[in-house]
Amino acid sequence: MRAVDAIMECLKAEGVEHVFGIPGGANLPTYDALYDAGLRHVQCRHEQGAGHAAEGYAKASGRVGVALATSGPGATNLVTAIADAVMDSVPTVFLTGQVRTELIGTDGFQEADISGITMPIVKHSILIQDPRDIPKAIHEAFHIARTGRPGPVLVDVPQDLSRADIPYEPVSNVHLPGYQPTTDGNAKQIRLAAKALANARRPVIYGGGGVVNAGAAKEFRELCVSDPFPVTCTLMGLGAFPADHEQWLGMLGMHGTRAANYAMDEADLIVAIGARFDDRVTGKLSEFAPRAKFIHVDIDPAEISKNVPAHIPIVGDAKNILPKLTAEYRAIDSDGARLEGWVERIRGWREKHPLGYEDSTNSEIKPQYMVQALFEATAGQAIVTSDVGQHQMWAAQYYGFTEPRRWINSGGLGTMGFGLPSALGAKVACPDLDVVCLAGDGSLIMTVQELATCVDEQIPVKVFLMNNGYLGMVRQWQELFWDRRYSSVKMGGSPDWVKLAEAFGAKGMRVTEKGELVGAFKDALAEDGPVLVDVRVTPEENCYPMIPAGQAARDMVG
Amino acid sequence: MGEPGTKEVLNLADLEASGGIRTGRKHVLSILVENKPGVLARIAGLFARRGFNIDSLAVGPTDDESMSRITLTVDGAAHPIDQVTKQLHKLVHVIKIRDLDPPETVARELALFKISCHEGDSRAQVMQFTDIFRGKTVDVSKRSVTVEVTGGDDKIQAFEEMVRPFGLIEMVRTGEVAVARGRGAT
Repeated sequence: MRAVDAIMECLKAEGVEHVFGIPGGANLPTYDALYDAGLRHVQCRHEQGAGHAAEGYAKASGRVGVALATSGPGATNLVTAIADAVMDSVPTVFLTGQVRTELIGTDGFQEADISGITMPIVKHSILIQDPRDIPKAIHEAFHIARTGRPGPVLVDVPQDLSRADIPYEPVSNVHLPGYQPTTDGNAKQIRLAAKALANARRPVIYGGGGVVNAGAAKEFRELCVSDPFPVTCTLMGLGAFPADHEQWLGMLGMHGTRAANYAMDEADLIVAIGARFDDRVTGKLSEFAPRAKFIHVDIDPAEISKNVPAHIPIVGDAKNILPKLTAEYRAIDSDGARLEGWVERIRGWREKHPLGYEDSTNSEIKPQYMVQALFEATAGQAIVTSDVGQHQMWAAQYYGFTEPRRWINSGGLGTMGFGLPSALGAKVACPDLDVVCLAGDGSLIMTVQELATCVDEQIPVKVFLMNNGYLGMVRQWQELFWDRRYSSVKMGGSPDWVKLAEAFGAKGMRVTEKGELVGAFKDALAEDGPVLVDVRVTPEENCYPMIPAGQAARDMVG
Repeated sequence: MGEPGTKEVLNLADLEASGGIRTGRKHVLSILVENKPGVLARIAGLFARRGFNIDSLAVGPTDDESMSRITLTVDGAAHPIDQVTKQLHKLVHVIKIRDLDPPETVARELALFKISCHEGDSRAQVMQFTDIFRGKTVDVSKRSVTVEVTGGDDKIQAFEEMVRPFGLIEMVRTGEVAVARGRGAT
């Protein structure tokens, strides 16, 4: 069997149904095998788009996302998506073609040392040197991508080796002596954690993207409602706990709610589940949660005590640990009344500092209102992807996610241009759900070519463009911290988004009146094909509240 | 230290002070890895990215041909070493890591010294030092003598100091290899 046909067999054995990519010289054999392999290939317009589409697919479905690219520029175009996937722990496999083995190292046409280039940003990578290793390599790649802390795995296949005739036998098990993720969680530590939680008077439960990745949202909720614990999540964890729940504090961190940040500040115990104390969450590290002890549950031992020293570390899979922790906690039968004062204090903050903005008194569309209109038009049930910037923060604040895997964005790397391609990937994964991309005008232009993919591949993604004519978040920082010296943040008037959408063969709409917004969104959602809605919002609105850079939670402004 | 977004101008001296902090302790890491291409590059990259300077590095086969042993010595940089060892553990081909405690460790390296010796007198002295350090003369020419010395870092440094005045043409060191001392032994 040709090695590339074996690759297809391996992909199918791994349960792959959809792949994203672009063919080129070095992966011609792969695409020949793909021709009748029975997989759906989504032909993207740029490899970065294919990479983010694979990420969106993975984030929406929990399955491994797969992207294919050719050697050289095809492979280097994947780099941003690979880095994005490692930062947000997205299970992905990137399959690149490489030049023929005799050309490797000779500066051959379209040669790039992609395994060297990506070494610091992959979970693992495999450069094929013997075609007989290919099936094993593919299965190892999937195993590594999806287990433990998920992440991107690159498999680089030289073109000649991919044409080799190899004996193929299905590979049933993967043996990696150096890769044995701890999943169970130490029973003694779990008991200690339960005891600490039972003794805490001002606890906060802080969930991250790890809860979503582990598929443990249900288990997370169970722990949270064991007593009226205040609950907050990171940007990546939104949806792990329902935003309409009375214990929900809102997101924490730089643009989180005051209630969440003040609660962290005054907490005596913080229970971190699948969260990594990122600098956008902690603000000034030396003043972060100064009174708190930390229970830190994470699948990755390297996260324990990386930024904040953990008093009770528990390494393992949240899906295994949370039920045990909940059971241990409930067995103690501690008095929930001890939390009354704390819950009351937090209620005070919530009442005094709710999320809010000054709405326009005319027809002007405030960006925050746009997110609320989107929530209304979708009944809060859509998968929402976003780019990076102000609109992303407003979406996180005002679209109350109630389910996991509904909020798809680039958190760790902060990749502008992530929204549209990840939305198309999410739509392929979840065809029955509304998938909307809440885009920024600075971001959307970076990957807008994928609108062609949506049209040609009939992927009815709805793009709602929050158009303020600025690189808004940078403008906000220049306004607040750099004396309003607006340097290269104005976007000007190009392109005409409606015409652009139409040129791609999508439907283009423009909304400038507040009163028309919800109706227009509903119209867009009712369309069969892809739609881009250009929404003109207040140009110089700032995203608040915020913890100014390098300051502590109690220094929140706005 | 300022956030990237803030206007505050950073003072060079402050930047250097925060970058130059050392924990002081030298670390000898003994890393058992699968004998696979690219393993060393991955490991070296992890250290480089965090500002550790690798002082010495020795790689060789083990009793199991599918495994290699990397012995690596680093001076402690501002980052605590355990963050690097945890990251090393995440590399798929890394099987086992030991951070060897110097007093509990037998460490040896081999060094070759090519020493300039024109006259009979200096040659005799070099040979004498070689004897004292239990070294071996491995090459002799009219103008030089090459000596092999094995030992710990301090012994090799001491020998270097002794022969330097004669004119050290070249010195090559293998980097330390190390094993933990056996239990109960002195």
